[in-house]
Parts: sequence; structure tokens; C-alpha cells
Amino acid sequence: MTKRTIKVDYLARVEGEGALHVRIAGDRVEHVELNIFEPPRYFEALLRGRDFREAPDITARICGICPVAYQMSAVHAMEAACGVTLPTPLQDLRRLLYCGEWIQSHVLHAFMLHAPDFLGLASVVEIAKREPALVQQALRMKKAGNAIIAAVGGREVHPINVKVGGFYRAPRRDEIAGLRDELAWGRDAAAAALQWAAGLDYPDFERDYQFVALRHAAEYPMNAGRIVSSRGLDIGAAAYEQHFAETHEPQSTALHSHLIADGSAYLVGPLARYALNFDRLPAEVQAAAKAAGLGAVCRNPYQSLLVRLVEVLFAFGEALRLAEAYAPPEPASVEVAPQDGSGCWATEAPRGLLYHRYAIGGDSLIRQAKIVPPTSQNQPSIEADLRGVIEANLDMTDDTLRHRCEQTIRNYDPCISCATHFLTLTLDRQGEGAA
Amino acid sequence: MRPLVIGIGNTDRGDDGAGPVAAGLLERSGLTGALVMTCRGDPADLVTAWQEHVAVIAVDACVSGAEPGTVFRLDAVRDPLPEGFGAVSTHGFGLAAAVELARAMKCLPSVLTVYGIEAAGFDAGAPLSAPVATACRAVADEIAQDLQEALCTKPA
Repeated sequence: MTKRTIKVDYLARVEGEGALHVRIAGDRVEHVELNIFEPPRYFEALLRGRDFREAPDITARICGICPVAYQMSAVHAMEAACGVTLPTPLQDLRRLLYCGEWIQSHVLHAFMLHAPDFLGLASVVEIAKREPALVQQALRMKKAGNAIIAAVGGREVHPINVKVGGFYRAPRRDEIAGLRDELAWGRDAAAAALQWAAGLDYPDFERDYQFVALRHAAEYPMNAGRIVSSRGLDIGAAAYEQHFAETHEPQSTALHSHLIADGSAYLVGPLARYALNFDRLPAEVQAAAKAAGLGAVCRNPYQSLLVRLVEVLFAFGEALRLAEAYAPPEPASVEVAPQDGSGCWATEAPRGLLYHRYAIGGDSLIRQAKIVPPTSQNQPSIEADLRGVIEANLDMTDDTLRHRCEQTIRNYDPCISCATHFLTLTLDRQGEGAA
Repeated sequence: MRPLVIGIGNTDRGDDGAGPVAAGLLERSGLTGALVMTCRGDPADLVTAWQEHVAVIAVDACVSGAEPGTVFRLDAVRDPLPEGFGAVSTHGFGLAAAVELARAMKCLPSVLTVYGIEAAGFDAGAPLSAPVATACRAVADEIAQDLQEALCTKPA
């Protein structure tokens, strides 16, 4: 039996620090191990003993790319613990803020990090040499997303205007109106970007994923909804830990998530959201997705690039709708009195379901915090993808296969920093003596 | 158009905060005539920010093996920055890539001066190391002086 090892010591264009080791024996992948070795930052422990109102600002520091997601899951979980539901105008403003994060995060990943893989180029710098107008357009879209976050959240990175109960200050009408022209431009630009991406060459690979995402009664999910799966699960966030568990794997400083019932892996993120909520997309976005070659369900992880751009198109349109209807909520926040209890909530971070649970006391102090980021939930699925991709491409040279593995990991836009964090890839083809 | 001074980094990660700290010192010095901002180092945001300015000064932490606190002054318009320049970057994609991205799109500012401050460490929650804190003050003073001279000598 021929055996070989292929090693990639550093995975570029992902957020955080990790490594991958793959051992191949003949036509069988013996072992796939995604090592995450960035030291954990103990945010959950750090939250204990802090005032429950500090959670959004502390958890925003977990990630520089998706701080809004952390803030949103945190404030909603705190409000759930205290039995408070926000009035619609405040919910709409939070949804507008989330649109900004989806836009900037998805555009960063699609163009700066992911697109080079499909063009055979080393980086976005090479794309910029060939198609400067395309990259300029991407930068402008990202800037539009940042502008939403700055207008609603107070600043682009680690927003400071979000509080338990609403916002510290409602943006003035003119501050939101000032976004509208650029959002309208962004919607058109996103549609053009989706058409461009539809022309890229995607590897032919599909897997029968168990999709897990929020599903809302009326809207494409961001801040609210029930947790549903493609295999019939339908639960409230309060039941999350009865169905999903995290385990510590020796190779990783991030926990791995799986379904308790059968130990199976599942997928969160754009592919899952899209598959479980296609009918919640506006008709024009559905049409754009179909024109880009997507069905109502996409099981090709490489085409997550397309799905992200569908979501960018949606987010621009949704942000424009919310901006046009905007009137400053009065008051900008509602009173949330602390009470003994616990609250759970899940929102849809750009990379997928982000679950928070807090126990707080009547003295307003946090007793316990649990945070399950999307990349932790996707880790077993990333490894399963890699196993499938390698088995389907064993005839590739080591270099080509190494690149394909990196590309496969980048499909997930993994925020290893969130999950806690860099990637070194080792492919081991035993017996062939390959490096 | 006012020059832009941009401090790059994360004040929660030890000496990665050198850029924002230097920018903050400059801002508090009362210097007028320049726009001062901070950025976490996302190349897309950097390129977007400096496209609107003719002259840009960027300050970032770096790791070259030199003594902590060593200051490098580089002309990024004339030469590419050393590969991987910048200490802790988003997605392993930092200031050096941002410069080349702008160069590829032919949108580098006319002047792009980069100050690199050699870092000692990037531990989460750690303060600036003493040599880097000293270097931040020196860099802020040098930028203030350069800007003052440039503004004084600017034709009416």
C-alpha cells in the first residue's frame, strides 16, 4: 500500500492560527486533523463577575471582523434573561447594524481572501493588477458596510453604541439618510459582483450536509428565529444545549461541536442559512441567485462564495429598506432590570450560528457565560470536507492537493481567532516518501 | 487636502498598539492641519482611507529582529515594504499587502511614509513595553515636526 504525507505549515488568508495534518494510505485518507493552537483567551471566564450590561462591549472584543454578531447575541441573551423584548423600531435598527457587518465581512472574504483561489492567483493584489475596477468596487462595497456600522454602532470596529435594551443613542434621521445613495449603489454593485462570480470555475464537489441555521417566521434570519436543521430539528435557543454539545479534542484549543443524538457533524453559515431560508429571500434576490446558477439549496462548499454574494445583495437591499423607513426610535433603549435567571440566544454571524448563554443574578453580575462561535461548530464539517476532497483528488500532485485543501478550508471563512485561533497543513501519503 | 496620519494596530495586544498610541499622542499634541485616525490594519480599510489623501503617514508595529523600540522610516511609494510588514495583521494580510494592492490599482497617495516600531511582544491585554512606549513618543514628535515644517513651508 502506498502511503504519503503532505504538510502545509501555514494556511494563509484565514483569521487566526492553525495547522492541518493529513495522512493518506493508498486510496484511503487515514487521518485528518485540523489543529488549532492559538491560545484560548478565556472570555467566558472573564465575563463572570462583570455587570451584565458590560457583556456587549466585552464580547465585541472577541473578534475584529464580526464584533456586531457578538454584541447581538449577547444583548439578546441578556434581554431574554430579564424577560424583555424590544419594540420593533429598535429591532429594526439592530437588523440594519447587522446588515453592515454581513456586507463588510462577506466582501472582505469573497474578494480579498477567497476569489484568488478560483483565479489561480496568489492574492487579491494579483487580481487588482488584472482587474483594478473590480477590486475598487469591492473596496467601495466594504466601505458601505463599514459606514452602516459607524452610523449605527458609533464606530466601524468594536462598535460602542450597542447596549442591553437598545442603543445609547439613536442615530439622527440624517445620519441614516446619508447612507441611502451608497446602499442603492451597493445593491447594484453586489448584483454585478454576483454575476462576475458566477463565471468562476468551481471544483465539482458536494456533500450531504446537515444544515443548521436560524429560521424566522417572516424574514431572512439575522437576530432572531428558531434553530432548525435540514433533518427536521426545530427548537428554540433555550434548547440548544440539549441538542448540541462541545467536546475538547487534543489537537485543538477550540472546542468541536456535534449533535448529541448521533454525534454527527453539522454545518452552519451561508450555505445553511441559504438552504433553510431561500424562501425568505426577496423575489429579486432569489432570481439573481438562480441567474448565478444556484438552486434553492447549494451543497458545493466552494460555491459558498456565490452564496455569500447573494447574501451581500440581500443585505444591501435590506439595509436600504430599513434606512428608507428609518425614524429615530424614541426612547433609544428600554429599561432592562437585572433579575436572577439565565438567558440564551442565537443570532446569525456572517460565518453562521452564534450561541450565547448567560446566568445572571439580581445584583446584575454575570454568574456564568457560554459562547459557541460558528467556526467551532464547523470544525468537524471542515475535516469531513477535507476527507472527501482528498479522497476525490488523490491523483493530484502534493502541491496541487495542498492548495486544494487550503482552498477547502477557506470555503468556511474560518475565524480561528474566534474559535480560538492559524493553520499549518501536513499531508501524509505514507509509503510514497512524498514531502 | 490635509495629510492623513494613520495609526495601525490593536491596543489590546501589547506592542501591536504602537500605531494607535503614537497616533493618539499626535492627536493630543494639538497639531492642526492633519487628520489623525486609527485602524486595525484591514488592508481594504487602509486602501480606502488613504485614497482620499495626497500625503499619508502610517505608523505600525513590526518584527524584524531588531532591538524593541527601534524605529524604521520607509518610503512606501518608492519601494515595497518588506514582506509581511506589520506585526499582527488581519487574515495574515497586512500593511505591506495594502501598499501593493494600492500600487496595483494605481491609487497610492503621492506620499506614503511608513514608520515601523519594532515590537517586543503581542500578549493579549498587555501594555506597551517600555522601549516601544518611548519610541511612540519619539515617532509622534518626529511626525509633528515634519508636518509643522511641511505646513509652514506650504505655499499660500
